[in-house]
Amino acid sequence: MAMDLKEIESLIKEALSDATVEIQDLAGDGNHYSATVTSKEFSGKSKIEQHKMVYNSLKGKMGNELHALSITTEGK
Amino acid sequence: MDVNKKIENLISENDVCLFMKGTADAPQCGFSMAVSNVLKHLNINFKSVNVLEDENLRQGIKDYSDWPTIPQLYVKKEFIGGCDIIKEMFEKGDLKKLFEDKKII
Repeated sequence: MAMDLKEIESLIKEALSDATVEIQDLAGDGNHYSATVTSKEFSGKSKIEQHKMVYNSLKGKMGNELHALSITTEGK
Repeated sequence: MDVNKKIENLISENDVCLFMKGTADAPQCGFSMAVSNVLKHLNINFKSVNVLEDENLRQGIKDYSDWPTIPQLYVKKEFIGGCDIIKEMFEKGDLKKLFEDKKII
């Protein structure tokens, strides 16, 4: 199963409205992505919390439809 | 044995415990291999747990940590992170510091 790049971006932006999201399809197979997410909402939170916020925005797709999404989070 | 109990035993008995796909010598996923290599590079003695051998554990560790992906690293019973976080910490020198602070090295 694969997932569209735009779908990932819109799910993240739905949850983190101010987020800047840059996504790359690493293998060109719709299954291995890398995302850099920048949001004010990350400030004061641990990396684990920040990554969880991104995972939560994907509504359980991470680890299922979406096999591999490498995440980098940055505060604004 | 209850899977949560099993996880608690593993992370209590092993100061550095890596839940991964495959083994440290034969990882079966690039992300698991990356974390395993980082630990080897820092000369960390760690226990690797192959979640592919146990479907209950594979799901159980995700629920236990509230984290959807494998690998997962625990140091002295504390969840440190998955592949992205470990790599970032390693690159910034924070991982070595964490092992020093926790008296692992």
